[in-house]
Amino acid sequence: MKFVDEFRDGALARGLAARIAAEVQPGRRYAFMEFCGGHTHAISRYGIAELLPPQVRMIHGPGCPVCVLPIGRIDLAIGLALERGAIVCTYGDTMRVPASGNLSLLKAKARGGDIRMVYSAADALKIAAAHPGREVVFLAIGFETTTPPTALAILAAERQGLANFSVLCCHVLTPSAITHILESAEVREYGTVPIDGFVGPAHVSIVIGSAPYEHFADEYAKPVVIAGFEPLDVMQAVLMLVRQVNEGRAEVENQFTRAVTREGNLAAQRMVAQVFGLRSSFEWRGLGEVPYSALAIRPAYARFDAEQRFGLAYRPVPDHKNCECGAILRGVKRPADCKLFGTVCTPETPMGSCMVSSEGACAAHYSYGRFRDIPVRVEPAAEPVQP
Amino acid sequence: MKKDYQRPLDLRSGRIDLNHGAGGRAACQLVDELFGRAFDNEFLGQGNDGALLPAPPELLEGGRLVMSCDGHVVSPIFFPGGDLGSLAVHGTVNDVAMLGARPLYLSASFILEEGYPLADLKRLVDSMAAASRAAGVPVVTGDTKVVEQGKGDGVFIATTGVGVVPRGRVIGGAMARPGDAVLVSGSIGDHGVAVLSRRESLEFETAIQSDSAALHGLVGAMLAAVPEGSVHVLRDPTRGGLATTLNEIARQSGIGMHLEEAAIPVKPQVDAACELLGLDPLYVANEGKLVAVVAPGHADAVLAAMRAHPLGAEAARIGSVVADDHRFVQMATRFGGRRVVDWLTGEQLPRIC
Repeated sequence: MKFVDEFRDGALARGLAARIAAEVQPGRRYAFMEFCGGHTHAISRYGIAELLPPQVRMIHGPGCPVCVLPIGRIDLAIGLALERGAIVCTYGDTMRVPASGNLSLLKAKARGGDIRMVYSAADALKIAAAHPGREVVFLAIGFETTTPPTALAILAAERQGLANFSVLCCHVLTPSAITHILESAEVREYGTVPIDGFVGPAHVSIVIGSAPYEHFADEYAKPVVIAGFEPLDVMQAVLMLVRQVNEGRAEVENQFTRAVTREGNLAAQRMVAQVFGLRSSFEWRGLGEVPYSALAIRPAYARFDAEQRFGLAYRPVPDHKNCECGAILRGVKRPADCKLFGTVCTPETPMGSCMVSSEGACAAHYSYGRFRDIPVRVEPAAEPVQP
Repeated sequence: MKKDYQRPLDLRSGRIDLNHGAGGRAACQLVDELFGRAFDNEFLGQGNDGALLPAPPELLEGGRLVMSCDGHVVSPIFFPGGDLGSLAVHGTVNDVAMLGARPLYLSASFILEEGYPLADLKRLVDSMAAASRAAGVPVVTGDTKVVEQGKGDGVFIATTGVGVVPRGRVIGGAMARPGDAVLVSGSIGDHGVAVLSRRESLEFETAIQSDSAALHGLVGAMLAAVPEGSVHVLRDPTRGGLATTLNEIARQSGIGMHLEEAAIPVKPQVDAACELLGLDPLYVANEGKLVAVVAPGHADAVLAAMRAHPLGAEAARIGSVVADDHRFVQMATRFGGRRVVDWLTGEQLPRIC
């Protein structure tokens, strides 16, 4: 596959691995948080951890949009489908997120809810146009990557005069989540979470640019290297971070130069600013309430705001008491440290959000990497499986 | 008295209605004019509630019968490289063949939705009949039911296959042993991508055709190339794809596997489509491929026999069986790392970022 295979080349990977191994200093620690689920997925799927020397530890960050979606928001969407008879459209992975009452959007669909998986916000708009007699709600989730398409859909709905389309906006902001992690007691006071640098987001940075990260490099003295989602991108970013640490620098560097500029996509930023404003606070699954970390639809577009349109009241729902997703999302614990991991919490029956999406730290580790640490219970003699 | 006359089925613009399932003249006409004509063979022609079949010679020599059933519900019904009809034949013939059996007969049960166009049904049935003739496995008994509109998805076809396996042949999912070679008969993911490319919500341009095919000829060639007992496991990686099939075998046999990603054949177009859709080709369905687990000393001979057959031209050795109580299927990635190739979780859903 042209323009993809080049970034997955095994020979280049071995070369980079050798370079990283040569440059890390013995006895020094290099703990890097990859913020994005896309990076977590690449690290697991391509087995990158195996290629890194023992001094380099990758900490999986909270940048999986599905993982940080709180139960209460999913409950709202399920309510719209089951109680208000709305067609609820959303992106793939969101369908499986566990909600209250042992439900998920997938299970609510089985109970008769009209819930549809779409590949883009524009598809939800098409569904609204095709069903003028029904309310169609787009459950909009994601970081800055998916926000512009939602803004575009709202503007298009206004232009087309669609009276039955609205958006349940759950868009969240990357910089505020990073700040939240850096401000947490574990990082700042106790030093229990070692973070020596960040692998910065790929697609998010295409939209917001590299400038917003300069604050972290300055204020918290943490190097940031913005990297693409291909495995060689990640390897190169790690090498760049190792060099910054070795040289005592804390700068924003851009590995993903083929797509990211300092300013980002200004047209997309303008459109987002036109449609959305800041929420003063928003609940993140695992992190709790994070100030100024999410977007709400501006009053001018209130008729496209499902929260206004249906008079929805948000009710927070706590996670299972033994669930360590919060600590895992902040880098305090690793998946295998959680009592639920691999026992009652598996990708088939996720208890916590990190197990839901394949971008989540727990699901990625369970699906691709658990041969490294946990003894998996051997099942009793299997029945023959019907093909 | 006037001679009996029944207006023939309107195969151009007619549609299935509830009368076609009511057991009266309309139902009889549908069976005669459509199904009977297409599948015509001496056993179906007996016209009884069941078919009387001669015992195959292998059975008289101590062989055993194999029986397998499969419901086919693919959407869309017609896709590049095949349709529900040919799939209903290939799927069941293959399930029988994967036990090392010679497939003999098929049954077919049609669940039709009220309103389904007769022209489409004829196209489907003709394709199914052609597939059955090409495979040399006749449909010897059948059934038709009609459900109200909204209670089906056009057409569902359930087929059952009967075959015979010669005395002493034991091929099955529990037979893999550490050291065995793992072979696959060709590129993976073609069927799933071909079907997805025609899904209403996705429709994208691709030259990829479904690999839907009957594999008993290939199996015959493989088994003829090596001594009895060298081929331990045969399985067709349909739903859930190659990854799921290998995990099934690992679980049944109580072993692990080590795969080489670079050795697994994937067409570039399939790889590209999966990349766009956020899917992993290892989990995408196939309908004309098989996985073989073979004693190490005979792997090369089996591979050569596969490559000499048109349905196995791209066959490859993708890994080997290892002793592992955890029954992990592990893979050395092309990138140089290592990972688990796990069971498919639910349905494959695309990631967001």
